[in-house]
Amino acid sequence: MKVKLLFFASCRDIVGVKETDFELEASATLGDLKYSLRSTYPQLATREKTLSFAVNAEYADDSVKLSEGDEIALIPPVSGG
Amino acid sequence: MFKITENAISVDALHEQVLRDYHGAVVTFAGVVRDHSGETKTQFLEYEAYADMAEKKMAEIGAEVNEKWGIEQIAILHRIGRLEIGEISVLIAVASPHRAEAIHACHYAIDRLKEIVPIWKKEVGEDGAFWVEGPSKAAEKNRDDS
Repeated sequence: MKVKLLFFASCRDIVGVKETDFELEASATLGDLKYSLRSTYPQLATREKTLSFAVNAEYADDSVKLSEGDEIALIPPVSGG
Repeated sequence: MFKITENAISVDALHEQVLRDYHGAVVTFAGVVRDHSGETKTQFLEYEAYADMAEKKMAEIGAEVNEKWGIEQIAILHRIGRLEIGEISVLIAVASPHRAEAIHACHYAIDRLKEIVPIWKKEVGEDGAFWVEGPSKAAEKNRDDS
């Protein structure tokens, strides 16, 4: 299945794109996606511990099951205000 | 109203919107762009947001202050894009029948915004540009010489 990845702030600078489609096995979880991201984007390795993830605009943990078309955002520590 | 905007924000932009006849207090907080960060001089800031999620999380903050203090009228505006020194980056207005609830709720709302709303600022100064990540000055910064 295909999901959409969104990159913001420092992650966008590191990866070089705002968004991209990403191919995953059906029934993959967010944890599975994070595992795949390590090999696709090794340059994000140093950021991983600081990142939160959102699935369809809601913070999500590794156990969340993903579906075709989901929008998954990599969220660096926020600094609004 | 909980909104991400690219337009300049005036300090009274939300006053009328939250005020009702039964209110006795409107508390407004404006976050503005400071000319320094620690020892570093700031030239301007660039804000970016995950706008859909940011508006949703700001609305959740509205629901939280409703639950905690019975506040029915709160509005939050956050600007993105390039902001110059002294310009308003975020405006929060809270109205209530008596002052205490509005003061507490406004303080809570800006603290929560800095915790959970997906917005990021890049400080641009003479030494380059840095994404600020997290609330603390000691937070890891990512250098970017663009």
